[in-house]
Amino acid sequence: MNLVRNILFRREAGILVMIVLFCIAVGLYKPQFLTGQSLRIILLLTPLIMIGAMAQMLVLVGRHVDLSIGSMLGFSAMVVGLMYREFPDLWWVIGFPIAIATGAVLGIFNGLLVTIFKLPSIIVTLGTLSLYRGLTFIISDARQINRSDIPSELKLMSRTSPVFDIPWIILIAFGIALMTYVIARHTQLGRQIYALGSNPEAAPLRGIDVTKVTLVVFALSGALSGLAGILYASRWGFVNPSNTGAGFEFQVIAAVVIGGVSINGGVGTVMGTVLGVLLLGCVAAALPLLGIPGSTQNAIYGSVILIALLIDRSVRQRGAASISRGGA
Amino acid sequence: MTDTTPTREMAPARPTWHVVLVRPETMTLLLIIIGLVGASILSPFFLDASYIMRSFTLTAEMSIVALVLTMVIISGEIDLSPAANMALSACVFAWVQDAGVALPLAVIVGLLAGLAMGALNAFMSIRMQLPSIIVTIGTLIFFRGLAQIIAGDRSIRVPESFVGINAVMVFGVPLPVVIFVLCAIVLGLVLGTTVIGRQIYQIGTNQQAALHAGINAKRIKVGLFLLLGVVSAAAGMMAASRLGSVRYDLVLGGELQMVLMAMLGGTYIFGGRGTILGTFLAAWLLVIVSTGMTVANLLPAIQLTVLGILLIVAIIATNFIYARTQR
Repeated sequence: MNLVRNILFRREAGILVMIVLFCIAVGLYKPQFLTGQSLRIILLLTPLIMIGAMAQMLVLVGRHVDLSIGSMLGFSAMVVGLMYREFPDLWWVIGFPIAIATGAVLGIFNGLLVTIFKLPSIIVTLGTLSLYRGLTFIISDARQINRSDIPSELKLMSRTSPVFDIPWIILIAFGIALMTYVIARHTQLGRQIYALGSNPEAAPLRGIDVTKVTLVVFALSGALSGLAGILYASRWGFVNPSNTGAGFEFQVIAAVVIGGVSINGGVGTVMGTVLGVLLLGCVAAALPLLGIPGSTQNAIYGSVILIALLIDRSVRQRGAASISRGGA
Repeated sequence: MTDTTPTREMAPARPTWHVVLVRPETMTLLLIIIGLVGASILSPFFLDASYIMRSFTLTAEMSIVALVLTMVIISGEIDLSPAANMALSACVFAWVQDAGVALPLAVIVGLLAGLAMGALNAFMSIRMQLPSIIVTIGTLIFFRGLAQIIAGDRSIRVPESFVGINAVMVFGVPLPVVIFVLCAIVLGLVLGTTVIGRQIYQIGTNQQAALHAGINAKRIKVGLFLLLGVVSAAAGMMAASRLGSVRYDLVLGGELQMVLMAMLGGTYIFGGRGTILGTFLAAWLLVIVSTGMTVANLLPAIQLTVLGILLIVAIIATNFIYARTQR
């Protein structure tokens, strides 16, 4: 066990080293990258991805994948936006439980399809990705929720808070990461998710209710996407039926895979995922500073996923080799 | 009816009508008929074959790719990147000829780009043994991102002489439809009657058993990925010819429709089962459904919803049918 932990530790240390090297390299070229101001920019780029990544990490650890998170984000944001537009008198905080509940319902629908019909989650969520996106258009009548419709208290959350003036959405994102850490490490549910992902055949034999765990994982993924949805409305001040959340799943999968979560299930830590998100944030913040056009971002995300997959594979192989050496 | 007396070893054979009727392809055919009847009530245009042909040219490129994708899925792998491959190949082609390279040479460069993309998928999923489903999500983003770098936000025009493949008629049928039918016949024969075709089914059913039977599973899978890459590139350039210009968001999200065609045609998502005929029929079904929705003046967004529902229903139905017929 010690050995496995060592490998994981090295993995996280590796990402940290990459972040530091990257920041120093950019900082040598453009010194303003190493200031508090740009730290703020980096942190402001990451909260949505951080929340999505926590959800996706749990899903991947359970040996599933959820491609519909971007559409769930868009749908929940739209539901909340419509509520703000149609009922401006409601207390704005009501938006949070509504967004989270909306996302959770969509997530449970994914989970039901996966568990009842025993379908591969990737195809199910590819289907619901377009299903939920279409529903977003239908409920919004293909119209955008404008800046003026979103309560200013909500928009203010992306700018400030009583704690050292750090914007609320950053605090919320790190709070979610902490919550996920507790769930993953210190609850029965969390350990069951890891057990299920490590060996789906053995898990039910050890008395794990596979259906329940899978449903909870997808519900959590939906609920956190819903939370990311209302934070999107806070951060950008609008909700657009076609743009909001589009491509979100790819950024999140990139962050999670960089963070060392194994696509084969059972392996992944909150620490690694957080670092993966921060690395992506640094890259995204450095691009405009270095004068690299934003259109390169997708290619960078894509190549980063492929490289991370290859690294993941070589780490796993080295781990397996040293275990078999130790055993022999 | 021939009289087959069941022996002790044999389970009683299912009656012939059962074998023929309880197949995903039959379900697809039935849906086509229902769709045609329903759509012709909406609009009399639907009884006009040339109208359907013209509508089909809009998705013919994707349908051609879906045929090869069907073979990849039967072999137990999957590829979500062909739509991005189409966009990148078309961008490379348009970019190269815009820079002054002769047209035939530019086409070859485009095809080579597609081959290289297929090779990258094959390297990652077969040589490196990573799950193709995650690999091709990565390459999907990567290819689309490269296309974005090449084309930026502008659209690259293709020369007049290259434009208009959909206007070329062969005996009154648009050329893309003819190409699609020819591809379906060739691939159907390869999959249904040749040794390689049978080996593809064998690999998808049980790769371990296939290896023990002396089948070179890796080589066949690599071949399929390469074929898919080249065919996607050709399809991308066909789309460029139809549209007259190329943008990086060419057939954005098209992977959904391609997977949907294979699933609707009864291809089993875990490999080993499926036919070219099924995908062929499903391509027509999708055209009838989407043109029907356009004629009925439904928002494109609602069509997106319907496609998503169709995909889920299609996998549930095929899984159900296969579970029933398994002995």
